Amino acid sequence: MSQLYRMPFRVCQVGLALLLVLAAPLPILAEMRDEGEAVPPAAAALTNVPIGYLKQEVKKVIPLSRLNVEPEDIGIAGAQIALKDNNTTGRFTKQQFTLDVAQVPIGGDAVKALETLVEAGHHYVLVDAPAEILLRLSDAVKDKDVLLFNVRASDENLREEDCRANVLHTAPDRAMLADALAQYLVWKKWQRWLVVKGVFPEDLAYLDMLRRAAKRFGGTIVEEREYKETPGARRSDSGQQQIQQQMPVFTQGAPSYDVVVVADEKEVFGPYLPYRTWDPRPVAGTAGLQAMSWHPAHEQWGATQMQNRFQRAAKRFMLPIDYQAWVAVRAIGESVSRVGSGDFAKVDAFLRGDEFGLAAFKGQKVTFRKWDGQLRQPIIVAGPDLPVSTSPQQGFLHEHAEVDTLGIDAPESKCKFQ
Amino acid sequence: MRAEALVAVVVATVGLVCGARPGEAYTVYVSNEKGNSITVLDSATLEVKETIPVGMRPRGIILTNDDKYLLICASDEDTVQVLDVNSHELVGDLPSGPDPELLDLHPSGNPVYVANEDDNLLTVIDINDKKVLAEVEVGVEPEGVGASPDGKTVVVTSETTNMAHFVDTESYEITDNVLVGSRPRFAEFTADGSQLWVTSEVAGVVSVIDTKTRKIIKVIGFAVPGVQPEHIQPVGVRVAKDGSKAFVALGPANRVAVIDAKTLEVEKYLLVGQRVWQLAFTPDEKQVFVTNGNSNDVSVIDVPSLTVVKSIPVGSAPWGVAISQH
Repeated sequence: MSQLYRMPFRVCQVGLALLLVLAAPLPILAEMRDEGEAVPPAAAALTNVPIGYLKQEVKKVIPLSRLNVEPEDIGIAGAQIALKDNNTTGRFTKQQFTLDVAQVPIGGDAVKALETLVEAGHHYVLVDAPAEILLRLSDAVKDKDVLLFNVRASDENLREEDCRANVLHTAPDRAMLADALAQYLVWKKWQRWLVVKGVFPEDLAYLDMLRRAAKRFGGTIVEEREYKETPGARRSDSGQQQIQQQMPVFTQGAPSYDVVVVADEKEVFGPYLPYRTWDPRPVAGTAGLQAMSWHPAHEQWGATQMQNRFQRAAKRFMLPIDYQAWVAVRAIGESVSRVGSGDFAKVDAFLRGDEFGLAAFKGQKVTFRKWDGQLRQPIIVAGPDLPVSTSPQQGFLHEHAEVDTLGIDAPESKCKFQ
Repeated sequence: MRAEALVAVVVATVGLVCGARPGEAYTVYVSNEKGNSITVLDSATLEVKETIPVGMRPRGIILTNDDKYLLICASDEDTVQVLDVNSHELVGDLPSGPDPELLDLHPSGNPVYVANEDDNLLTVIDINDKKVLAEVEVGVEPEGVGASPDGKTVVVTSETTNMAHFVDTESYEITDNVLVGSRPRFAEFTADGSQLWVTSEVAGVVSVIDTKTRKIIKVIGFAVPGVQPEHIQPVGVRVAKDGSKAFVALGPANRVAVIDAKTLEVEKYLLVGQRVWQLAFTPDEKQVFVTNGNSNDVSVIDVPSLTVVKSIPVGSAPWGVAISQH
């Protein structure tokens, strides 16, 4: 009993109080039913599809803006709405979906948490974890009937040399995000970019994709300038004054350019750039105009209803990771309803097949790329308050589907599923 | 270029002369989703007669059977507004519930069935008493509504659940759920009641359902040369009363598909305006009016010649269209 109590992860009931499993010989997964209500054991005719959600907590840099602090339930709230959507459909198809969340603390054993979910019958598990942990999870369940959905990690290697057959990615990768932004900048004829980069590996990874996008779509990086400061205290009484002096000087003396493109994923300095550049220029990249899977003010293609549904339930705005989790749970629901059973092999094949197509408020169906398991989706390009455009942009042509001009295309893919 | 334009003008003129016979003038109403107004057109002169300001985000519209009132889903006001088409006054509201989008009337003229997109409900309202008779829980994001000609069934399509729900109009129970292609937008019964046509915007298809067996007879796909498949997004559909032809608005493909309603094969694609959305026949079925949401105009199709004879500029983001019976 005490052993279990000390297990380095905990299983909680979504939307209700945290439930620590104390007594059972095996951890009992508390089940989140629609609206959190308790449902008696299902009638025999019901197909039950339990979905797992594994969240690995990580140490985070505090963002510069308090507006960008991640909500505690990010992703999970999106999965819950999708669960509700699935169960509304499930009422008519006699299919019932449940969601079980395992939150793994920093330094906890994510593999163990996944194994517990799998032992309890979960074939589909959403994973919110850094790339290296996602790979460990994937390898741990390689020989089992388990499909993982990557709802957060944007790392290229997960779609390329380290791609895995048992992982689908609803999170866009950095290549897709950089391509979506680059297409808009080029369409706007802002082709000369002053790139400002941070010092973290993530910044350099995004920078690589910016360079790739510039080459693909006709941008020119006039200079790459490094911002060397490492994160310090976000708040200080005279901080704003200092920054007002620093940023113009930092951006002084650049070759002629149209737009500053920032590579600062951890938000160490990027948001300081708009309105403070030496030359009056717009800012894009990880600050200013950004590419993303979802924006809280996106209202095209029926998204208004999605935003309303989400806000009513979660009491906050819907963010990209919420959307990415929503898509994953809806993709499972859509496939189970089309296949007409929870049979893992059938559902897995349908998800990857030609008949799968999910309506996901992007103006066209979203599907999974066969060559690397990446969700094929239009990407929103947005300022802080409003979406500005959706990529792919007109005029960037592709022999099969314009949306495949975003990210890693089949001929260039290094993915060999294992 | 000039020669082409000239040909187009000649074709248009010929179409006009040969198509709409004078004397059969109907009144065409178009809701302008962003313009918060109704544009009134004359089907014979093809001119705008007037523009009437109404509530916010007007989308689905339908005329009462006596042609005296236009029922307007004012989506952002969470109500169905009643417009007196003679006085141009908004004379009342129907308690539709939140975010009404599309509606249909019982063949007797009452009640009206309204899809509440934001609330997963089909609301049934008595239009005389302005009272809610029933609320039926359906799938996620209900949109298309179609009442059967015999008045016994109303179908509502839900966009995220991907189903056509058959609702009994007496018991308000759902009797059948038919899984259709992704994001079903519109449901239209054939005049003889034997078939239900449902468009699926994201799947890019039209499902034709046998209303007796409640099974899909055929899934009609579309292929327009030079248009990528993801831009083909069927929304509005209308089937001629004589069962000869059906017209389907293909959204951002900027085309209306003409379907032989007997063989269920696509006959032709007609180039119209941008993001073509809803459409309606004139009562004599000689013309079809279609709304083009992104080019802010209405295209007029001459049915006998299957040509587009005119584009008429209307308000901002035209969405729904309804045509008087008299």
